[in-house]
Amino acid sequence: MSYAYTPGLQIKKATIIRKTRILPVKGKVLVKEGDIVKNETVIARSHVPGDVIMVPLAYRLGILPSDLRKAMLKKEGDIVKKGEVIARTKGFLGLGKSEYKSEVDGSIELISDVTGMVAIREAPRPIEVRAYIPGKVVEVIPDFGAVVETTGAFVQGIFGFGGERWGELMIIAEPDEVVTEKHIGKDCTGKILVGGCSIRGDALKKAESIGVKGIISGGIRSRDVTEFLGYEIGVAITGHEPTNLTCIITEGFGEMKMSRRTYDLLKSLEGKLASINGATQIRAGVIRPEIIVPREDVKDEEISLKTEDEHLKFGMTIGTRVRIIRNPYFGKLGKIVGLPPELQKLETESYARVAEVELDDGSRVIVPRANVEIVEE
Amino acid sequence: MQRKKAKKFDIDKMEIILATDCGSTTTKARLFMKKDRWRYVCSGEAPTTVERPYEDVTMGVRNAVREIEELTGLKLLAEQGIIKRSSSGKDGVDLYVSTSSAGGGLQMVVIGATKSITAESANRAALGGGAIVMDVMAISDNVPLYKKIEKMRHLRPDIVLISGGTDGGATTQPVQASEILKLSDPKPRFGQDFKLPVIYAGNVDAREKIKEILADKFSLTIVDNLRPTVELENTDAARDAIQKLFMEHVMSHAPGYDKLKKWVDTDIMPTPRGEGMMFKLIADTYSINVIGVGLGGATTNIYSIFDGKFVRSVSANLGMSYSIRNVLREAGKDNILRWIPFDLDVDEFCDMLSNKMIRPTTIPQTLEELVMEHAVAREAIRLAFMHHKYIARGLRGVRPVIKGLFDVSVAGKETYIDMLRVDLIGGTGGLLSHAPRRVQSALVLIDSFEPEGITYLIQDSVFMMPHLGVLSTVHPNAALEIFEHDCLVPLGTCIAPKGQAEKETEVMSVDIKMPDETVKKETVRFGEIKCVPIPAETEVEVKIDVHRNFDVGAGKGDSMVSKVKGGVVGLILDGRGRPLQLPTDEKERKRTLLKWLTALKAYPEEFLKKCGGE
Repeated sequence: MSYAYTPGLQIKKATIIRKTRILPVKGKVLVKEGDIVKNETVIARSHVPGDVIMVPLAYRLGILPSDLRKAMLKKEGDIVKKGEVIARTKGFLGLGKSEYKSEVDGSIELISDVTGMVAIREAPRPIEVRAYIPGKVVEVIPDFGAVVETTGAFVQGIFGFGGERWGELMIIAEPDEVVTEKHIGKDCTGKILVGGCSIRGDALKKAESIGVKGIISGGIRSRDVTEFLGYEIGVAITGHEPTNLTCIITEGFGEMKMSRRTYDLLKSLEGKLASINGATQIRAGVIRPEIIVPREDVKDEEISLKTEDEHLKFGMTIGTRVRIIRNPYFGKLGKIVGLPPELQKLETESYARVAEVELDDGSRVIVPRANVEIVEE
Repeated sequence: MQRKKAKKFDIDKMEIILATDCGSTTTKARLFMKKDRWRYVCSGEAPTTVERPYEDVTMGVRNAVREIEELTGLKLLAEQGIIKRSSSGKDGVDLYVSTSSAGGGLQMVVIGATKSITAESANRAALGGGAIVMDVMAISDNVPLYKKIEKMRHLRPDIVLISGGTDGGATTQPVQASEILKLSDPKPRFGQDFKLPVIYAGNVDAREKIKEILADKFSLTIVDNLRPTVELENTDAARDAIQKLFMEHVMSHAPGYDKLKKWVDTDIMPTPRGEGMMFKLIADTYSINVIGVGLGGATTNIYSIFDGKFVRSVSANLGMSYSIRNVLREAGKDNILRWIPFDLDVDEFCDMLSNKMIRPTTIPQTLEELVMEHAVAREAIRLAFMHHKYIARGLRGVRPVIKGLFDVSVAGKETYIDMLRVDLIGGTGGLLSHAPRRVQSALVLIDSFEPEGITYLIQDSVFMMPHLGVLSTVHPNAALEIFEHDCLVPLGTCIAPKGQAEKETEVMSVDIKMPDETVKKETVRFGEIKCVPIPAETEVEVKIDVHRNFDVGAGKGDSMVSKVKGGVVGLILDGRGRPLQLPTDEKERKRTLLKWLTALKAYPEEFLKKCGGE
């Protein structure tokens, strides 16, 4: 039996989700193991070095850069206060003296006798990492953060943009509807909207303007992404877009009916608080967008305990549930009923390894194995 | 980078060799065995596993090798990797080698003196070096310095290029640029213990100071000044340094790379190096001018060996999967759509390319999508060749600054590559090697490179040039035998006179002395392309008479007699003129394309008829 390690997107009704929440630099962890946290709970806090103000001091004092150190009253590492004189020239016979007062609180970072610049680093700025998902702290990572665990639904999207947000889930359209600005009313503010086979550009703009947190849809036209962001995405590396709206698509570009399974799951969770992140990276070190909906109503037996290791072990085999990800059957769901080892001829006249898939409507189709992805349930 | 200890191989005792290439999209395994001579036996292919839950390239290797196991009945895989016959006694292979390009692209930030000058020169230095410029920061712009520092931290580049100042001028600006870099202390994307590579290509007089500031914290490379004077530019040294870093990066920054390193018997080689070695081998063996292309999923690599000079360019973000959307962005919709002979919805077309970008391992199942991918391939190669020609210029070293980075005419004029003197064009990479009909890849090569005069076309049979490149470092004879007999597929010869004429003008008449001594006469009119079947391994004599406006290599209007080789496609007589132009009228363009594709039987007849509305 041959296996096929085809990447798959997870759609889980209930699973245990763990999120590692850490600072980029060392700091103070504000939670302890066993603590119950909310989305906005600060897990850890630190200070990053403040902004650097570069002062062309030799020029200001009217001296050569090589004479700058002689004029400095402070040295590298010294603390300076706003208004404090940090450099002074003697002038000639007491005439033409000049001095410079610091315009900020901070410390002297650099004195350059080549460029005549002095760098003053402002006071450190606080940075925080929040829980992002509500749950229980199950591990503390000393000096950096913690691992938060929750039980809930977990859905991966195929592409997204915008960063981490949270809000209540609200269904605004059926899976086969095109979402336009008409679907978005004042009651959508602060919510994460779900539905549709495509979100139009006008809907994205309106959603952003009224403070919608996120939109999850089956598809989106690439031209709408370009128009909304103001630039064309050439390589899929997203997550830091200058927008307060996070967008996640679950199926692909174009008008793509959201899979019934995803839609039904999200619909059953309408009104619940969800955490979403649109960050996507499709290169070595792949990141897919995610939707996490914590659930307290889950019974133990409902929790999917399939670990990634099990998934790795089995790959794609007979019975595996898959989604077809290329035309002519793009978006269709089914299960593998055959994995012949021999190469087979396609319509293109190419020979490829194929999979026989029984679609949900009962029909059977042959597709290249490269054109299916595993749907984890 | 730590190299594998030199290992002694008893190559005479070898009988089974396994080679893999971990591409950005697909992992390809090839099995070679010694019978009467070394032969290619079979292939296994699987998606490259850099995505969760399989964040380990060896998973893709296992899957590709498992296909070989199924096809041959051999046992090659064990829990700990590839089985070696030396230890098992029975199962496994005698040698396992690999190339890799699964590490993804190289992102570069540039800091320089003035935005326009620095950006221009830096972009040109990056061109063909394998890097994309994420941002250019200039000392002289109005952005507050602390914002520059903040941005630098946020960007997390793979490499930083510092330029600025002319040789003998003030050292202030490059020193200030390095001070900014030191203060920002950006962290590399991969490996926190890894020192961020910095290339200094500014005023030579500031080198000592730059070393003093940066040498401790960064991996510093000092090269010639990008702009030794305001009027002169010298991008070669910086580009060579960028390309060196790219080679390391694409190869090693893939999840599971360290594990793969333990499986192989010799150092893993970057895919472009393996490909380049084989194209060079062709040029050296036959003493000819060669152009080769490796059309990959993330990058397009072009190689030229012209009058003995070898140049390799790596065009970052021009590729057929991860970068397919970027080809659309750089080439423009119209340039891609001009190669498609049927009506389509442009939005749907863009969506299809976006879907390929987010699901890069998929392959076309319908003929329409195959034609669309071939259209993108033509433009990816055309752009990459433009980048290549910019690098392949007569004068290595300083040259007057030119305006317009991607000005084809300027780049074209500067290059020493004379298409009339190119003897052979070869293609490798998934799309070309797996084209269902060989004539499809021949047409992609002709339409994108626009060969002039008489040019022999070859094709990597199943994509094994990188594999043979790395194999040649251990067992050169095996690599050469397989290369000559199993890897090179002769497509045929293209005869394409250079020039333009009115429609229907007779461009050339060709007398072909067939192997049975009969003479076949063919005339070709302007705008026409045709194919005369001449089998591979067959050489025929051709007498070519050209119109007075055309040159086939002997001079304008001059006749030529030459021996040309056949191939699986045959002798292609291309009277479409150079530069190749398509009709601007939409209907006429589609009709013309269909005429060309039908003449060469590029796609199934029924499909082409359907495209034409029949």
